[in-house]
Amino acid sequence: MLLVLAGLLVAALALLPFGYVVVYAATLSPQDAWDLVVRPRVGELATNTLALMGGVLAVTGLLGLGCAWLVERTDLPLRTLWHVLLAAPLAVPAFVNSYGWVSLTHDVQSYRGAVLIVSMSYFPLVYLPIVAALRMLDPAHEEVARSLGYGSAATFRRVLLPGVRPALLGGALLVALHCLAEFGALQMLAYPTFTTAIFDQYASAFSSAGANVLACLLGLACLLLVLLELRLRGGRALARVGEGARRPVERVRLGLWRLPALAALTGLITLALGVPIGSLVHWLVVGSSTEFPVGDLVSAAVSTVSLAAAAAGVATAMALPVAWLAVRYRGAASNVVERTTFMAHALPGIVVGLALVTISIRYAQPIYQTVPVLLAAYAILFLPRSVVSIRASLEHAPPVLDEVARSLGLGRLKAAWRVTVPLIQPGLGAGAALVFLSVSTELTATLMLAPLGTNTLAMEFWSNSSSVKYGAAAPYALLLVLLSLPATWLLATRATGGGSRWLQ
Amino acid sequence: MAAVTMTGITKSYGAQRVLTGIDLTVADGELVALLGPSGCGKTTLLRIIAGFAAPDEGTLTVGDDELVGARGSVPAERRRIGYVPQEGALFPHLPVRGNILFGLPRRERTADRLAEMMELAELPAHLAASYPHQLSGGQQHRVALARALAPRPRVILLDEPFAALDAALRESAGREVTRLLRAAGTTAVLVTHDQSEALSLADRVAVLRHGRLAQVADPVGLYTAPADVDIASFVGGASVLPASLQNGSAQCVLGDLRVENPGPTGEGRVLVRPEQVHLRPAAAGAKDAVGVVTEVRYFGHGAQVRVELPGTTPLLVARVAGAELPAVGDKVYVEVQGPVRAYPGEAPA
Repeated sequence: MLLVLAGLLVAALALLPFGYVVVYAATLSPQDAWDLVVRPRVGELATNTLALMGGVLAVTGLLGLGCAWLVERTDLPLRTLWHVLLAAPLAVPAFVNSYGWVSLTHDVQSYRGAVLIVSMSYFPLVYLPIVAALRMLDPAHEEVARSLGYGSAATFRRVLLPGVRPALLGGALLVALHCLAEFGALQMLAYPTFTTAIFDQYASAFSSAGANVLACLLGLACLLLVLLELRLRGGRALARVGEGARRPVERVRLGLWRLPALAALTGLITLALGVPIGSLVHWLVVGSSTEFPVGDLVSAAVSTVSLAAAAAGVATAMALPVAWLAVRYRGAASNVVERTTFMAHALPGIVVGLALVTISIRYAQPIYQTVPVLLAAYAILFLPRSVVSIRASLEHAPPVLDEVARSLGLGRLKAAWRVTVPLIQPGLGAGAALVFLSVSTELTATLMLAPLGTNTLAMEFWSNSSSVKYGAAAPYALLLVLLSLPATWLLATRATGGGSRWLQ
Repeated sequence: MAAVTMTGITKSYGAQRVLTGIDLTVADGELVALLGPSGCGKTTLLRIIAGFAAPDEGTLTVGDDELVGARGSVPAERRRIGYVPQEGALFPHLPVRGNILFGLPRRERTADRLAEMMELAELPAHLAASYPHQLSGGQQHRVALARALAPRPRVILLDEPFAALDAALRESAGREVTRLLRAAGTTAVLVTHDQSEALSLADRVAVLRHGRLAQVADPVGLYTAPADVDIASFVGGASVLPASLQNGSAQCVLGDLRVENPGPTGEGRVLVRPEQVHLRPAAAGAKDAVGVVTEVRYFGHGAQVRVELPGTTPLLVARVAGAELPAVGDKVYVEVQGPVRAYPGEAPA
């Protein structure tokens, strides 16, 4: 069947980097592998990476849980504003955040600085799912716990915490994957991890054995995290059982704690948004007096937008058969196809980039550093965003409508085109928009795979800021933040239960 | 317009047999109801006629065209068989106009055709631009029918079309559908689990049980002469009492009853319909009273009363007028009016 064939093709493309990691690891002789892996340098990188991950997980977990509780379960003033502000750091790419801090003070180029900056960039990834989970939890459970004699703290521990645990774990695993994949921010902070080390090796020797072994280790670590997530997620019941309108929550009165809570949130937002934005504005003002290359800015913006639009088109076209299979033809094959695309998503941009570099150099020299390879990397990296979007809206489009269309004389393809595709348009659009925006701020794979002479906003920003031209980098950073805003808004509303217009 | 003929339709899902050897003919212009409890295979049969599922064995012809047979299966979109699923399933992204004209080729999607169909379905013209979520349940229903009828199908299939409507709307929607189908002269198959719907709307009723056709008859025939006691209790809500049958009479807990079909003799069962049972109140101490009222369900125009009879016999169901309601615990005399229907064989223990 055509659909299955399309799905398998997509899965095969998504598997390329994985295949590369596995095949490469398998072809190393045990002795070589041992020599390459067991080195002081690898140990140092592993310690660095794990220490960073541990610190960031602790900070983001506490922040996410605390902020979500304050916003969803207490009488905190201006809750809607806080909610927006707490999701907003996602709109500042981590490497822009890092630039904001480093250009102010070099004191952040340390372990603590790295934990601080990475945490400030990624805590919304924990905050948003917990908010969504808290909104789904039936407040009646908390009331029942109260009526059974539990106090606030005990209710929080015994009822609320188990209820949001899947969301907390899911968010934490996402943060862990981001820690493993983060390149720009850590490079700027001079904090070496696997990812930055791979990039350095690549920059000096392209596809060297050293870079490839590190990429294998990194890829395996990510795979491990994803498998862990699948295990944790499987077989969990929904947060709320049963239908019916849900009553609003009785909020905890903060009383005297109101001021300290407000102060803490203000401090957090200052660190996460105030510093990077403030520093960006500072450099914009300082920099514009020295140089404001409108021509370069426009050409970078044009190439960014055209690459991102092309990638969004490719990813949507690839995601449609995957989502269609997963929703309309549930079964072993469609499961495999869908899972595969998600597995590939777990691989950091650096591994996908290196894999495609190696494969194209060895087997397809003519397309090395061409636009199709770059688009393939984007598609592999961001396919799941599109799949998730399309899938969600497809699940609400009843197959009976297709059957009615066929009984009215339309063939399968025509029925899909005239009935289901219009119905899932919001999902298609949202998925394409997410891919578009993710691609426009992507740095790592772009640096590795962009054709010579192509300069995107992220690349221009990177080359300016790494040669310490902070003022020249500022306009690019501003454009990157502006481009990220709509995607952040989409993610934030999706996480907290937005729906499509037709399918309420 | 065409007759539908099914022969030997058999279908399994994995190891589970859903339909076994279905032979059924629906005459040109006739409305046949497929009646049965959920899980009896009636929806599967409908989907086979529509072309959404293929039978393992058997043939299906509509008019002179063999749709399923030795030469394979004609796809749903080329069968010219209209389909109205549960709740209508209007396309939510299209207005009424777009829904009704959906199945027509582009050049036939004219204002005239739209007006014609809306008039047929008695839909006010100003609704043409409304979206499905702005319509009432009954209006959605009529749009769904108009949509199915617009391409002039040979047969219309209705899958539990009234299940989602409330009781008041159900009856009028049912009348409306039969009127529309008669006006269009279309052959129709209606799937339902509601016996009163089947009896009141259809020309003939086909009772499906465990994937087999148990009986096909017109409504009067089905109600008055059910093929066996199971159909009798499913279709009419009748009570079944053990009896000894002899020479056209039945000896049972209610005394000697006259039998309308004097065939069977020996141990058997008789069918007592609720409307045959008349209850008379007995004094509290009356020794000769035979029954005690155990349940009264009041419907306004009357009530359904369950009466416990001596021995281990099943409860007797009676229909009484609203004015003469007994109370739970009352002792009553029971009288059966008219002949009862007899079936040979003992009740399963």
